Amino acid sequence: MADNVKPRVRVPKTASKDEVIQIKTLISHPMESGQRKDKDGNVIPRSIINRFHVTFNGTDVLDVAMDPAISTNPYFEFEAKVPESGEFVFTWYDDDGSVYEDKHSVEVS
Amino acid sequence: MKIDRREVLVVGAGAAALASLPLTAMAQDGAAEKTADELIAEFTGGAEVAEGDGVTLTAPEIAENGNTVPISVEAEGASEILVLAPGNPTPPVATFKFGELAGAHMASTRIRLAETQDVVAVAKLADGSFVRTSSNVKVTIGGCGG
Repeated sequence: MADNVKPRVRVPKTASKDEVIQIKTLISHPMESGQRKDKDGNVIPRSIINRFHVTFNGTDVLDVAMDPAISTNPYFEFEAKVPESGEFVFTWYDDDGSVYEDKHSVEVS
Repeated sequence: MKIDRREVLVVGAGAAALASLPLTAMAQDGAAEKTADELIAEFTGGAEVAEGDGVTLTAPEIAENGNTVPISVEAEGASEILVLAPGNPTPPVATFKFGELAGAHMASTRIRLAETQDVVAVAKLADGSFVRTSSNVKVTIGGCGG
């Protein structure tokens, strides 16, 4: 497992009904592409996050299939519609089977 | 030297194991090295891909550092957007699937580019048709190690 994997997510705390809000996410991860070589010329094996999935109250918002061409510390910025108060769940899936999760609630006034 | 049955069996098994090794290695390489065209065909299921309207790909003209090139894709009403970098050792970059609660169907991220190339985005629109667009990015320092 990659060390020090830490998700950071920015979601507004409140929104009005059906408002489209902007979400920014970043997760610290080396995203080893499997193309690089170490000092001795051995290929460093691939180790990346291969999927990023966002839901709101269980409904799909965004599902990204990621390949080695995504940069270190994968960053995503996207928009979501909030029909009601609820919770965003952000999930990252690592090549090694680890799953990283972060949750953020939004209050609809 | 006398070769008895036992030795023949041992040598034979070794040779068989050796022969099977390169085959599996080749099969894996083949899977990783699909060309951009093959990937697009896989994505569209062979359907025709129109140029231009309906999908926007925003990328810088010049990227000083190929390790982290900010890009943004947008396609109104699209259900999926495929992003490819045909000049990279492995062309696929990402596939964005937009769910019911997606706002504007746009997403930004940062990608690696090995060399100067045309980055390609293919979108599957709401009516099931496909459009593609591309954007040339000049890369000063490639982003794939090496």
